[in-house]
Amino acid sequence: MTAIGQTAAFAPRSGGSRPLAGTGALLRLALRRDRVMLPLWVIVLGGAISSAPNSLRNLYSTAAERSNVVESMSTNGSLRALYGPAFSDSIGGITAWRYVTFGALMAGIMSLIIVVRHTREEEETGRQELLSAAMVGRRAPLTAALLTALVANAALALLIAAGLGGEGRGGALTLGLAIGGVGMLFATMAGIAAQLTESARLAKGLTAAALALAFVLRAAGDAGARDGSSVLTWLSPVGWAENTRAFAAERWWVLLLFAGAIVVQGVIAFNLAGRRDIGMSFLPTRPGPAEGRLRAAGSLAWRLQRGSVLGWGVGFLATGVMFGGMTEGAADLVGDSEKTREIFERMGGQSSLTDAFLAAMVGMLGMVAALYVVQTVLRLHSEETAQRAEPILANAVGRIRWAAGHLVIAFGGAALLMVLGGLGLAIGSGKEPGPILGACLVQLAGIWVFGGLATLLHGVFPKAAVAAWGASGIALALGWIGPALNLPQSVMNLSPFEHLPSLPGPEMRWAPVLTLTVVAAGLVAAGLAGLRRRDIQT
Amino acid sequence: MTKAITVAGLHKSFGRTHALDGLDLAVETGEVHGFLGPNGAGKSTTIRVLLGLLRADSGAAQLLGRDPWNDAVELHRRIAYVPGDVTLWRNLSGGEVIDLYGRLRGGLDKARRADLIERFELDPTKKGRTYSKGNRQKVALVAALASDVDLLILDEPTSGLDPLMEGVFRSCVEEERDRGRTVLLSSHVLSEVEALCDRVSIIRKGRTVESGSLADLRHLTRTSVSAELVGAPNGLTHLPGVHDVDVQGRRVKLQVDTDKLDAVLRSLTESGIRSLTSSPPTLEELFLRHYAPEEAMSR
Repeated sequence: MTAIGQTAAFAPRSGGSRPLAGTGALLRLALRRDRVMLPLWVIVLGGAISSAPNSLRNLYSTAAERSNVVESMSTNGSLRALYGPAFSDSIGGITAWRYVTFGALMAGIMSLIIVVRHTREEEETGRQELLSAAMVGRRAPLTAALLTALVANAALALLIAAGLGGEGRGGALTLGLAIGGVGMLFATMAGIAAQLTESARLAKGLTAAALALAFVLRAAGDAGARDGSSVLTWLSPVGWAENTRAFAAERWWVLLLFAGAIVVQGVIAFNLAGRRDIGMSFLPTRPGPAEGRLRAAGSLAWRLQRGSVLGWGVGFLATGVMFGGMTEGAADLVGDSEKTREIFERMGGQSSLTDAFLAAMVGMLGMVAALYVVQTVLRLHSEETAQRAEPILANAVGRIRWAAGHLVIAFGGAALLMVLGGLGLAIGSGKEPGPILGACLVQLAGIWVFGGLATLLHGVFPKAAVAAWGASGIALALGWIGPALNLPQSVMNLSPFEHLPSLPGPEMRWAPVLTLTVVAAGLVAAGLAGLRRRDIQT
Repeated sequence: MTKAITVAGLHKSFGRTHALDGLDLAVETGEVHGFLGPNGAGKSTTIRVLLGLLRADSGAAQLLGRDPWNDAVELHRRIAYVPGDVTLWRNLSGGEVIDLYGRLRGGLDKARRADLIERFELDPTKKGRTYSKGNRQKVALVAALASDVDLLILDEPTSGLDPLMEGVFRSCVEEERDRGRTVLLSSHVLSEVEALCDRVSIIRKGRTVESGSLADLRHLTRTSVSAELVGAPNGLTHLPGVHDVDVQGRRVKLQVDTDKLDAVLRSLTESGIRSLTSSPPTLEELFLRHYAPEEAMSR
């Protein structure tokens, strides 16, 4: 014991020697684990963007048509809120205009999933402990996670640059780098969040909230300014991506903003990563109650999901208020052209522009609520695969009752979100709340179909349960980008939302609403029947 | 003999919880050292500090002559660790995981890997999600035992293993000792500790309460004596180190601190002995004595 005195105690907190040791092995581990997920993300997202010029050529065959649509649509505040301003009427320019926000958001989601998956999630499961007991430096897991995100974003950027190269090399590269840049920016932000919180779910939630805020800031900024010059737009990384002006006299220097932000966030994340104990976080976790009041499977489900419901609810209310506030701009439209009206009618149905705008926003809320319902239903899947369902089901709890707890929160929660979103729209626009709320509730029929689909997949094809994300993502992409691409009605009809009346404005049609509700109920029933018959997943 | 592990006055708090409260530990090179204590005593926290996963608030620690926090990566080339609860990646096979850990340490002995897989009856081609608790444990054990390292840190490594596999584990640890490797073994399986450990340290509430060979520890605890005497017992209760004396006629039962046994036997002999049984404390008694809340402290 005398060999080391108290003076030889621990040196000031440092990352230790060789903090990056083992990064290569961890990177290979991550790429091996994600061998299916990463290529799928990159190819689907990059492929969708790369194939845009084809459909745009069909839609607007002449330069005059393109110039007309750009002129009319980019002078409209509410359309700018959705897509951002158009800087060019070339095919490449229109592609960039339509896809830059969409691509940036998707790259952000992909990146935050990758980074949290390979950092905080590894610690939460205890796998990191065993890895770090081998020759793995304290900063190696974060480095490997960021490199994995870099591989994915670089592949995405290259795919876009190559796929759109025919429209102009510089523009294609700029768009690719801008989208990849947003991805890496949120990758490093997720890297920070993973150091701050003890839970992977919370780290993902915080980063996703920042991404949603970036979208909302850009939308609000672009609603007011025609050339992306608003301060709000410049506060948003998604706004930076748009302001690189791909295919329209590219502003390369904007890419430097990404580089700067990525470096700054990366340095912060690295500093935090080397300084903390494994499994611990900088934001302390509060102790829970010593005695539990959870009585049944249902109240457990609510306890598990209430944080998520609260977060989504606040988001819907705030987004509703913001979109509602833009309704005025839609009404006294500067460039009230035939083309704009046409596009709005495709999105929101034939009615006054105010109503059409509100209907389009209600539709957006509905499609996003479909993501909520899928996420909430699939909690059943994650509870089951993490083997937390097994001990619950070993009690006097039937499978149906266990599932019902989560389904009530999914389906009822979706109704709550739409009411909150509708209230927000009514408050923001100053319109009568009744018709708006009615319009929001009609969307539920479409939303519930996705909840039903997720329930069916979980109950009958549990290995493919995550495909419900793909279905709701496709519906979102169809609803968002489909109208502007003039996709054939048969393709648009794949989305259940396409069949619903575009309220407020036109006559209520009950038939599709009832049909879709019955379809949703049928899917749920089939899913539950399957759940009763199949093996619980291990 | 050089020390593989030296820990002195280690403190570590999590918020208001003092997990380690001045813990000392000394492990000689080449020995199998048992690390024992009730749940929540601080065993796993100590091990995490030794692995450089946690940073102690104060105190000193050295592994293989180096600092566990600052030299973590270099040290881990020479250390293999098995936790009590192994989690694997869902879509990676057991064999992939074993080789990954091998690469992340000082390397893997191919022949030994094959031998261990056979002895533990592990199917290395199955994916992580399909392994049972015991089989996940085997994956980590094979990875650790096949690694070319100087020090094995095992934290309840046999949890979930069947008795047959526990036997395999024991012979593996004995082989490790024969090769001159040092093993720190945290375990609640007392027969395992008795069979394998040269010395043990018992900790409670973040402090070391006892350390030494099992023989030493036995010596420090009580022997139970029961005797049938010729005459009436005389003055037994006044002897030092005697407890729980129960006299019924000429039959006597008592507990005595083992180092005070001599005086008791002399006193009994004075009364004339008809029959005598004396049993050393069982390992269970030994541990219960140290684990139990208050009694142990008032030794």
